[in-house]
Amino acid sequence: MLELVEETVRTKSIVLELPDWVGHRAGQHVDVRLTAEDGYQAQRSYSIASAPEDRDLVLTVERLDDGEVSRYLTDVLRPGDTLELRGPVGGYFVWEQSLGGPLLLVGGGSGVVPLRSILRHHQAIESTVPVRLLYSARSLSDVIYREELMRIGADDVIDIRFTLTREQPNGWRGYSRRIDQELLDEVAWPPSERPLVYVCGPTGFAEAAANTLAELGHELRQIRTERFGPTGA
Amino acid sequence: MDALDGNAIAGTLVAVFGREMTTATGICASCGTRSMVGELGVYLRAPGMVVRCRHCDNVVIVLVEAHGVTCVDLRGLAAFQAVE
Repeated sequence: MLELVEETVRTKSIVLELPDWVGHRAGQHVDVRLTAEDGYQAQRSYSIASAPEDRDLVLTVERLDDGEVSRYLTDVLRPGDTLELRGPVGGYFVWEQSLGGPLLLVGGGSGVVPLRSILRHHQAIESTVPVRLLYSARSLSDVIYREELMRIGADDVIDIRFTLTREQPNGWRGYSRRIDQELLDEVAWPPSERPLVYVCGPTGFAEAAANTLAELGHELRQIRTERFGPTGA
Repeated sequence: MDALDGNAIAGTLVAVFGREMTTATGICASCGTRSMVGELGVYLRAPGMVVRCRHCDNVVIVLVEAHGVTCVDLRGLAAFQAVE
């Protein structure tokens, strides 16, 4: 591990130098395995936050109060320490230029992590595929990669919109409610443009967003979801 | 409990099959629905990993890791094909 970056109060980015890394595709994840001295093992999946073109691999980890792996990664791990990774894995929740667009990215909480990899990849290859990101967070201070997303959103082909569901700063001009049909209808490309949709978030969020998009007339085949939640694996 | 999806077991599937499997296609033996593994419902809190059809809830795949061996039960699938 090279560096730990505090993104929000609850999330940190772990910058890793991987000598034999085979490279990854935007949207993939890795499995992190921790082994205690007595041989006890715990494993969790974490999305890759960096683009394939970035020099180092970055994982962004949300600290869960009862998370035996996330607490170690965010509280204990120090630069110079080593981590056991398996990956990159996954080929379903992946975006590449050949898949085209337009692209609709919908992220809830730390579900923005693989979407950030897709956005960075899109920028690195100077893609002209139009992209919209709808990112739902509790408050502005919970928005991960806030400055970077504001900067990326200034790009002509990338449109980034936030919705803050619990707390909004004074003068907030973004959305301020949970993602619903009206909001998705306003932000999403019309179904006739057949956007490719990537939804990532906690199970309930991802389920609701995908179902609402289907109700709006988007083809299920065009919608890829990646759900995460408390796991006992 | 809310289901995760096939992406959550991508690493285990690579360890078992030696290749990326979330884009592999399975046909549910119960209702005939064709799904990519990435779309299937995954329950990790069961003993082992239980994968269900999202259309009819039939158990299509069960993976159990014990003593370094992964046992794979695919009886809930009528067909299973990886993308070349």
